[in-house]
Amino acid sequence: MATFSLYFYEINEGDVLDIHEYQAKEILAEYGVKIAEGGLAYSPKEAVQRAREISGNIWVVKAQIHSGARGKAGGIKICRTHNEIEAAAEELLGKKLVTHQTGPAGKVCSRVYIEAGTDIAKELYLCFLVDRSYERIVMVGSAQGGMEIEKLAETSPDAIKKIYIEPAVGLQDFQARKMAFALGLEAAQLSHAVKTIKGCYRALRDLDASMLEINPLVITSSGELIALDAKMSFDDNALFRRHKIAELRDKTQVDPREVAAAEHGLSYIGLDGDIGCMINGAGLAMATMDMIKLAGGEPANFLDVGGGASAERTEKAFRLVLADKGVKAMLVNIFAGINRCDWIAEGVVHAVKNIDMKIPLIVRLSGTNVKEGRRIIAESGLPIIMAETLAEAAEKAVQARNEMVARKGGRSGNFN
Amino acid sequence: MKWSQEKGGAVAILINEGTRIIVQGFTGKIGTFHAQDMINYGSNVVGGITPGKGGQQHLGLPVFNTVKEAVQQVGAEASIIFVPPAFAADSIMEAADAGIKYCVAITDGIPTQDMMTVKNFLRRFPEKERMILTGPNCAGTISPGRAMLGIMPGHIYMWGCVGIVGRSGTLGYEAADQMKALGIGISTSVGIGGDPINGSSHRDILEIFEEDTETRIVVMIGEIGGPQEVEAGVFSKENMSKPLIAYIAGLTAPEGRRMGHAGAIISSVGESAAEKVAILRDHGVIICPTPAAMGKTVAEVLASM
Repeated sequence: MATFSLYFYEINEGDVLDIHEYQAKEILAEYGVKIAEGGLAYSPKEAVQRAREISGNIWVVKAQIHSGARGKAGGIKICRTHNEIEAAAEELLGKKLVTHQTGPAGKVCSRVYIEAGTDIAKELYLCFLVDRSYERIVMVGSAQGGMEIEKLAETSPDAIKKIYIEPAVGLQDFQARKMAFALGLEAAQLSHAVKTIKGCYRALRDLDASMLEINPLVITSSGELIALDAKMSFDDNALFRRHKIAELRDKTQVDPREVAAAEHGLSYIGLDGDIGCMINGAGLAMATMDMIKLAGGEPANFLDVGGGASAERTEKAFRLVLADKGVKAMLVNIFAGINRCDWIAEGVVHAVKNIDMKIPLIVRLSGTNVKEGRRIIAESGLPIIMAETLAEAAEKAVQARNEMVARKGGRSGNFN
Repeated sequence: MKWSQEKGGAVAILINEGTRIIVQGFTGKIGTFHAQDMINYGSNVVGGITPGKGGQQHLGLPVFNTVKEAVQQVGAEASIIFVPPAFAADSIMEAADAGIKYCVAITDGIPTQDMMTVKNFLRRFPEKERMILTGPNCAGTISPGRAMLGIMPGHIYMWGCVGIVGRSGTLGYEAADQMKALGIGISTSVGIGGDPINGSSHRDILEIFEEDTETRIVVMIGEIGGPQEVEAGVFSKENMSKPLIAYIAGLTAPEGRRMGHAGAIISSVGESAAEKVAILRDHGVIICPTPAAMGKTVAEVLASM
């Protein structure tokens, strides 16, 4: 059963750092990949200035957001005059663009890239990424580039060429040539194509990128090979040795709650429901969210507090969950291994007292020192609802949420 | 032939009470804490590695500069890694090179390309001599009552006939806890870790459980993303006589919002929980409908055997 509607899952794919198109192009240019002349602008005036610096009489103004499919969302504008450039930049800057990759909230465009227009003869597709099955980097290419590569994979998989790269020896010239021929390139373009393909691979390996996609890679009417768009994602785990890449992080492109969470070493993903969650371990967090849904509720977030959940960390996690004003009940589910239930219980009691929580809180503790943990919560005198099992915790959370909604007419938040 | 050891009449996979264990990253805070915990549980910890501290004593045990020395001097067979992410891949390869038979990598946050190098390095060994690696980013392996090579709360595991293999630590605890509440014990529980590239896959561990005389049924705890659960389903249909029960976490998880289209064209099998469940069911795997029903599902299958 083939399916191509799937996307990566943020929760357990390993975190990545995405960068902008112009940043990816700057990197690729250093690795010998040819790009069109271009420059970055933060204002319409700057945009016109960039266009003056670039030769030619046709330009493209491109919204810099962390998403593909920008063209369809109106994020790419072809301009023939400086007035048009100013108008395009004016329209794009500060605007939220919604694509199927950004989700309904969209992403705000705070910079535009002005690029010389390219006379396109043919559009190709080229990408490199880590294949989990083969545990190798795979190079994927197609002579049919441009939009909708997923559709192509579905309708004519033979039009897509995959070449696996042996990590010990790296990408060889013959493999690059094989890809160049699969892309339908001509003999005259071969040496530049090999240089481009090897440059991409080198950039990916040298910089701990997990994905590099050039869509489209174009052949111009004069026969040149140019990366017209470029996307790169980097392995978060490797940023400790890639300081220059780490500096490329653009926090405006990420949910501010996720940024705040990351600063405290917590893994948070905002969702659309109204039952806040704080759980240790990604697997148990997903399982608990599944249980909430099965009990008729909707989780407001994914939050993995990880191993050593200190009182301070617990309070930060509480504040993060409750910052979402739509949350109508909160569920804490901790299975203590390295943690101890009594420490967690103390952290929870401390957090509830400090925050002056006004929504129902359901706590389920299990594992190391569970009796002691339950005793601390019971003796705190706080109106905390205790649950023994996973099922009971989810049911009680949904019930508490429903009662809260019935009481408040379903419109108020947690009035923090 | 997978490595297992017989001692005192009981057989467990991967580790046993006699298995000579060393701790890599022994003298660090985390290594010290968990080494002591493993010793308290009854694991046969025989020493540890901290380069530069060779010759010292720690927790009453010898510290070695290299894994090779530990293999030669105290007969180390299994290792557990608490080395920080930047150096962990190197430690795994050192263990493999020194002739360690089974290695658990606890470390969370190893770069993916480092794991690619590790896997490539391991493939250089003939299969018979190749070190078995589980993890990284896992809770470890436990054979209840005999040996713990991990960071789990040992007391929630009861000895019995159910094998567990799972990616998530705490969800594995949840499964063991639900079973214990119903009086069901575990032969061995193996955490394979949540990273995109890991040592042993679900399928690799199922192969070991299938050969293990002590294990009667196996529970696989999977997650969204990656090909391993589906591969395990195919393996169980073709090669397993023992019932396989699976729970896949993330039925309600939202689709990730990744840039680009690359992920969509690389895989030809389902990676969402719903797709995985459908494929596993097609392959005769017993699906555990909710994470709260893991114990109950195992009890029902056991009762029908």
